Amino acid sequence: MNSTRIVVIGAGPAGTRAALTLARAGLRPTLIDEAPSNGGQIYRRRPQALGDRGNPYGFETRKAARLHRDFDAARDAIDFRGDATVWDVKPGIVHAIEQNRAITMGWDRLIIATGAMDRTIPFPGWTLPGVITLGGAQTLLKAQRSIAGSRVVLFGSGPLLYLVAYQYARAAAGVAAVLDTSPRARLSDAATAAIAGGTAFLKGLYYVSALAARGIRIWTGVTGFAVDGDGTVKRATWTDAQGVARSLPCDAVAAGFNLVSQTQIADLCELQFAFNALQRQWLPVVDDAGRSANPAIYLAGDGAAIGGADVAELTGERAALALLADLQQGASQRRIERINRKLRRSARFRKALDGRLFPFPEALARALDDDVMICRCEGITAGEIRNSVETLGADELNRAKAFSRVGMGRCQGRVCAAAATELIADAARCPIERVGRLRGQAPVKPVPLALIAGDAER
Amino acid sequence: MAVSGPTAGVKRLDGARQTVALTVDGEVIAAFRGETVLTALLTARGWIRTFEFGAEYRGGFCLIGACQDCWVRLKDGTPMRACTTLVADAMDIVTDEQH
Amino acid sequence: MIFDVAIIGGGLPGCSAALHLRQRHASVVLLERGRCGSQASGVNYGGVRQQGRHEAELPLARRSRQIWARLRELVDDNCEFMVTGHLKLARSDEQAHELERYATMARMHGLALDLLNRGQLQNRYPYLDGEAIAGSLCAEDGQANPRLVAPAFARAARAMGAEIREHTEVEGATRSGTTFHIACRDGTAVAARCIINVAGAWGSSVAAWFGESAPEEVMAPNMCVTEPLPYFLQPNLGVCGGDIYIRQIPRGNVIFGGGSGVADKVAIKARPLPGATRESVMRAIKLVPRLRNALLIRSWTGIEGCMPDMLPVISPSMTTPGLLHAFGFSGHGFQLGPAVGAVLAELALDGRTTTPIDAFSIDRFHAVGTAVRTIAAADHAEPQSP
Repeated sequence: MNSTRIVVIGAGPAGTRAALTLARAGLRPTLIDEAPSNGGQIYRRRPQALGDRGNPYGFETRKAARLHRDFDAARDAIDFRGDATVWDVKPGIVHAIEQNRAITMGWDRLIIATGAMDRTIPFPGWTLPGVITLGGAQTLLKAQRSIAGSRVVLFGSGPLLYLVAYQYARAAAGVAAVLDTSPRARLSDAATAAIAGGTAFLKGLYYVSALAARGIRIWTGVTGFAVDGDGTVKRATWTDAQGVARSLPCDAVAAGFNLVSQTQIADLCELQFAFNALQRQWLPVVDDAGRSANPAIYLAGDGAAIGGADVAELTGERAALALLADLQQGASQRRIERINRKLRRSARFRKALDGRLFPFPEALARALDDDVMICRCEGITAGEIRNSVETLGADELNRAKAFSRVGMGRCQGRVCAAAATELIADAARCPIERVGRLRGQAPVKPVPLALIAGDAER
Repeated sequence: MAVSGPTAGVKRLDGARQTVALTVDGEVIAAFRGETVLTALLTARGWIRTFEFGAEYRGGFCLIGACQDCWVRLKDGTPMRACTTLVADAMDIVTDEQH
Repeated sequence: MIFDVAIIGGGLPGCSAALHLRQRHASVVLLERGRCGSQASGVNYGGVRQQGRHEAELPLARRSRQIWARLRELVDDNCEFMVTGHLKLARSDEQAHELERYATMARMHGLALDLLNRGQLQNRYPYLDGEAIAGSLCAEDGQANPRLVAPAFARAARAMGAEIREHTEVEGATRSGTTFHIACRDGTAVAARCIINVAGAWGSSVAAWFGESAPEEVMAPNMCVTEPLPYFLQPNLGVCGGDIYIRQIPRGNVIFGGGSGVADKVAIKARPLPGATRESVMRAIKLVPRLRNALLIRSWTGIEGCMPDMLPVISPSMTTPGLLHAFGFSGHGFQLGPAVGAVLAELALDGRTTTPIDAFSIDRFHAVGTAVRTIAAADHAEPQSP
């Protein structure tokens, strides 16, 4: 039995497959996640007490079941640490809080599979109770058997917009409308995506037609979205593709613009980053197998680059196979080839998805009025961010943070960085890469001082 | 600032099996076992906490432990992230320390 | 063009020097490798304190305090400077006596300190743990936002006609005749009659270009900050021994520090350490128990230059006329920065300064050796306490 200590951070599809692959090879990896069990966000397990009604995973039910079942079957072969939050990583040591106790884990090899979250573009009213992310709306339904409201407006861009709308419609949740900032898909783009994406694209078409069949109106080319209601969500307003002002009563809004990779732990590991123009985000540099420039660290899943759940399972397995090969433990070349083929196909679909069907609406972010709050932790407005550039000379994100406090709150910029970056690039009239990125700083998620001190008494 | 806050939008789809009684800012609310504190608060009263830097209520945002906008406290001061903490019997929660 | 003065380093002393030189209409160029105030000047604890300094620093600190009072008038921004008082706590009889001795000495320099007994501490500051047996309050000390100060001085200096060149790394400098020639990495060259070396942790490297050595090491004070909490802590808190320092800003975040992270001045990288963070957290909770329930949201450190006796170098060069040094502030340069700039301007233009700086001479280390701290310094210096 190999004595190499391997820690896998994140037990979503990528982390689960990575850990299972290592376990199958006779190693005993440590797999750590904030949730009590595996599944990540997309295959998040519902607490047992809430029963198993509904169809939480839809088309992905078989995949979810397989991921949970394979994990459960291998529980003894894996050192799983649930309810555990990693707050710092240093060479050889992971620092975490596990069920309210400070712990450290020694590591020789690391697989970072930290997943993703919704990308946010703020709008007037976005901090009102009743406004959540598309992912949040999905989690509420899937894991809590609850819906965001009885007249929900879904707003944003990306495949998740249609998936969540469909899931809510199926749960009889009262979807008021679907508002897509993307322009109506051109036939050529749709065809490209269909050829590249196969079943994934067909599912998308299915969701759209299912919504139409239920009489749920889909608006495309939406701009100028806002929510108001005097302290609560009452009404959504927007401008349609023809420039006509529209409005709809609602009691909840779910919004999101594709996903952003969670890279804070990769940052703590001092990995090299590069700007990815398609995903419009700085991502850790990895080779095709998930190896980083640090020979002891690998990345997989949405935490390395957005690819979706199926890709995450594949890249999780592949990173583990690369690790095994690098440890000279042997890894099936045929399996690696097969995975690589599937991944190449997915990459083509991804390009069509991100580049053409659901482009990031940078103009939307840049057009926000000065009084719109951008950093919801600290209450920093678009105007304050612009002022830090125009008056105080901030020409990149960390400088703007130092001057305006954007990104200085509890979330370390997870929510505001995308929009803040656009605003700074716009005000500084510079290419987006020059705006740089916010760095993860330990603790990458808030931790009570008492737990850092190691005081277990509560 | 209104004491009652926004109206609740979040709705449960099922009837309860087991309920849990929580105290929130002095008021007793019923929640389902298996719910997070966030689900319980939003269903019961439509908001989670008050904002430090303005007269605003907050109702969570990402629901997956990323945005950090749903931290509340137990009466003894212990911080809890509402979206990743399951309700427990006799929880005594304080959400409004700014006012 | 030959500038009157070239300033190497855009930290607080350098930006202040630029401003003070422009007030006297000298032509000034400031060369900064990154952005002004991006190193130690911008990431330090933010304490603006005279109390606790070595006696040799007090005249400089007193002069600086007067500049802090006029910040808005000088740089059009008060940089969140607040006169919250600095409270230094003693937790033993020996430390209590130290506070008394210090207060007596400080009075001779015009600095008035209030000595408080245990009862007074408990009455006025009920959030403290009650272990302090005595305290010394300097009512005119306080705190400011370090991220804002050097950039504000830089903007004001630029508005007065100083050339501030950021993203301009200096690679070397030589002197021929009465003119210095500075070579920059971007290929540009600068000529000046005088050089002010305020290159921080890299100041000794610049001094070495002129055959001058100073035993400067690197230190990295480990800093932590909490989420915003309801405002309760007014004074900037310190302790005898300096192993913990705590302050709260009106927005509510509590900032505290102690111990060391790691800093690499060649790679220009600095990271806090979880061990140091944990120790600071334990000390913070001990001193202010209610902090146990606060969320820690971030830690950081910076690259600070320090000298063996924990006193800065502020001195004309011993090898090269027209060269002035000010570096190695050993973790407590923030409050001094504005006056250091004023002093450097005087030295550059007049050849002398009204503020005593003999104790900061660059050649004081030769007799003593790099690892030894002078006894006088050990009495009063607070290691790593800003």
